[in-house]
Amino acid sequence: MIENIFTYAFLLQTLRISVPYFLPSLGAAYSEKGGVVNIGLEGILLTGAFFTTLGTYYTQNIWIGILCGLTAGFLIALIHGIATITFKADQIVSGIALNLFALGLTKFLCRIIFNSSSNSARIPGLETVNIPLLSSIPILNNIFITFCIILLILSQIIFYRSKFGLRLRAVGENPAAADSLGINVLRIRYAGVLISGLLAGLGGAWLAFDQHSFTDGMSAGRGFIALAAMIVGKWKPMGAAAACLVFGFAESISIQFQGTAIPTQFIQMLPYILTIIILAGFIGKSTPPAADGIPYENTNK
Amino acid sequence: MLAVEMIAITKTFAEKVIANNSISLSVKKGEVHAIVGENGAGKSTLMNILYGMYPPDKGKIQINGNEEIINSPARAIQLKIGMVHQHFMLVPPLTVLENIILGSEPEKNLLLDFKKAKERVSQITSSFKIDVNLETKIENLPVGLQQRVEILKLLYRNAEILILDEPTAVLTPQETNELFNTIDFLKSEGKTIILITHKLNEVKAISDTITVLRHGKVVGVTGTENATIESIARLMVGEDKIYEEKKANIREKKLILEVKNVTVLNENSVEAVKDVSFEINSGEILGIAGVEGNGQHELVEAISSIRKPAKGKITLNNAELKEEHNIAHIPADRHRNGIVMDFSVAENLILGREKENLFKKDITIDESKVKTFAEKLVHEYDIRPVDIDIKIKSLSGGNQQKAVVAREITKNSDLIIASHPTRGLDIKAASFVHNALIKESDKGKAVLLVSSDLAELLKLSDRIAVIYNGQINVIFDADKTNEYELGLYMTGSKVKNE
Repeated sequence: MIENIFTYAFLLQTLRISVPYFLPSLGAAYSEKGGVVNIGLEGILLTGAFFTTLGTYYTQNIWIGILCGLTAGFLIALIHGIATITFKADQIVSGIALNLFALGLTKFLCRIIFNSSSNSARIPGLETVNIPLLSSIPILNNIFITFCIILLILSQIIFYRSKFGLRLRAVGENPAAADSLGINVLRIRYAGVLISGLLAGLGGAWLAFDQHSFTDGMSAGRGFIALAAMIVGKWKPMGAAAACLVFGFAESISIQFQGTAIPTQFIQMLPYILTIIILAGFIGKSTPPAADGIPYENTNK
Repeated sequence: MLAVEMIAITKTFAEKVIANNSISLSVKKGEVHAIVGENGAGKSTLMNILYGMYPPDKGKIQINGNEEIINSPARAIQLKIGMVHQHFMLVPPLTVLENIILGSEPEKNLLLDFKKAKERVSQITSSFKIDVNLETKIENLPVGLQQRVEILKLLYRNAEILILDEPTAVLTPQETNELFNTIDFLKSEGKTIILITHKLNEVKAISDTITVLRHGKVVGVTGTENATIESIARLMVGEDKIYEEKKANIREKKLILEVKNVTVLNENSVEAVKDVSFEINSGEILGIAGVEGNGQHELVEAISSIRKPAKGKITLNNAELKEEHNIAHIPADRHRNGIVMDFSVAENLILGREKENLFKKDITIDESKVKTFAEKLVHEYDIRPVDIDIKIKSLSGGNQQKAVVAREITKNSDLIIASHPTRGLDIKAASFVHNALIKESDKGKAVLLVSSDLAELLKLSDRIAVIYNGQINVIFDADKTNEYELGLYMTGSKVKNE
């Protein structure tokens, strides 16, 4: 069993499994660093997957599919932003509403477009993509894995070395302070939420291409686990990535163990148990941004 | 030349409360201009208008002779106006440097130019003689240094007009001195400083001109050299005379609290209080003087049995302290430990006392008894507005504190622990609390008074113990010491009484 873990195939599998956790997880970091909790990521993942499928199905072009997925993610995040940032609605309630909305919307559209409430038609996947140079490099030849690596490095720079990152961290910790320095708190928070929508929408696109179709409820709680991973990773891009990899690793192992004497139910529990053990035991204190989840009331105007 | 001229500024909140009623203010360039007044006189509102936080309902503002509309802090910053707010506007997990540049970040190739930022800030720190490590996170800095960072923020933005809102409220006497040195230096560099305060000795010490506000109106403008502390106080408070209770001498003294060789550990298992012993008799007020963070907090927690001492013995009326006690405790942080903001005034007035028979009806709380009790307290302790059903968060800080004081000292307890009982209160509310404490001690109660306000300690206490580094090395009779001497012991410049 052990020898199976140190193989290229296992590594690739771990990375592939981590992708749909990592993208929304990174998105959550943008949203929450700016002070907006976005549990709607689960729904955005699902909507992103559906519209990617739809776009790809009609055009047979995965790039247009991805664009559709991104747009869908952006729009759902925009609703969340309008509700929670402009109208100061409770962020959890808005998130729950969006998740339920996404579940219903995708099922409904799937039914009228593909004439089935559980499955879409088959779409092409990433195997059709052929980028010179990259295609000859193992692992990086998967454009989504390449995307993720670039996004991670970029985010780390944006968070800690850019003006936007500094302002994002400031409005999540003490929006009144940022406001007193002439920073538009609401605009920065919108930016964080909308980026989270784009990233989760991209995560949805991956799900669709990976399965070559849309299936009902295919996000399967990944958006929530992504949130947990981001918290385990202490609201940092690198931390979130590491937590997602641990989760991907655990899930890979559980796949390796399938078909052995251990009952599958136990094997399937493995990633979750691992998450709880890591959460409870090894991470230490994980302190959220001080203004995370609290609408900013600009009482002065 | 006038740096700031505010003409007939009026600001009303919620269409009822007139915070500023046609206030005019003229600040000369290069002067230190103090704005004094009681809590709620409209000082902060006026300054927030100048800094662009609120728009005025009526009135005009001229900066350096030009009429300006300041509709945002960003505009104020453009006009070289800067403000240090009473509650610091800092982001605790960010570094000093990040906090300073936030909002006016230098960039190079789309990224923050930390090198340039550091150069510029270092230049300011050396020319204004403000010393602080730029890489430290704000959350690891003491309050005095955080305030330095706030001033650096203004200088980084080239502020010429600096507004300081109650800057000394949180500082020790030594830190206050340093701040005043900085203010003097800024003035010598040609900066204009507007200082909001209600501490009159500070006004007298540092300002050039004084504008006095009362109930949202200007009631006096005077050059500092022509004013005395008494004359300013009279303007501030108006016709109402401040009544000061005098302590009576209790004849029969009985031992109430005995603290013997007590050692207390803090959260990090470090000895915060080391082998401390003292006694308080009936009718006596014992003051504890000390710079914040020298163990007074842990000592109070041990005596109020929130924290168990690691060593030593605490006895109340000659009996070992029990976990379920009935000690009156006015906590240092009223918002965190004294009241529940979303509860009504009446509910807050029985908080922690709800089990007392006074409020019982079978197994439930008797609403009508609570009401009678609360109404009595609200009148006796002058808690305003007179409405026991509104949420306590809509009361001013002074009135919230009066509610805490009312609840605690009407407890049937021989010991009252008062931690910083007048922090943030204006003269009238503070003297009310002082009088209440004196009255209780005259009735024979023992009072433990912890405060960083030395004038308060000297006025109320019979004896003053100085705590430094967790130890009490010296206990003075209050009438045989002074602020200067206490300051030396508080900062460890002197340790033992020679």
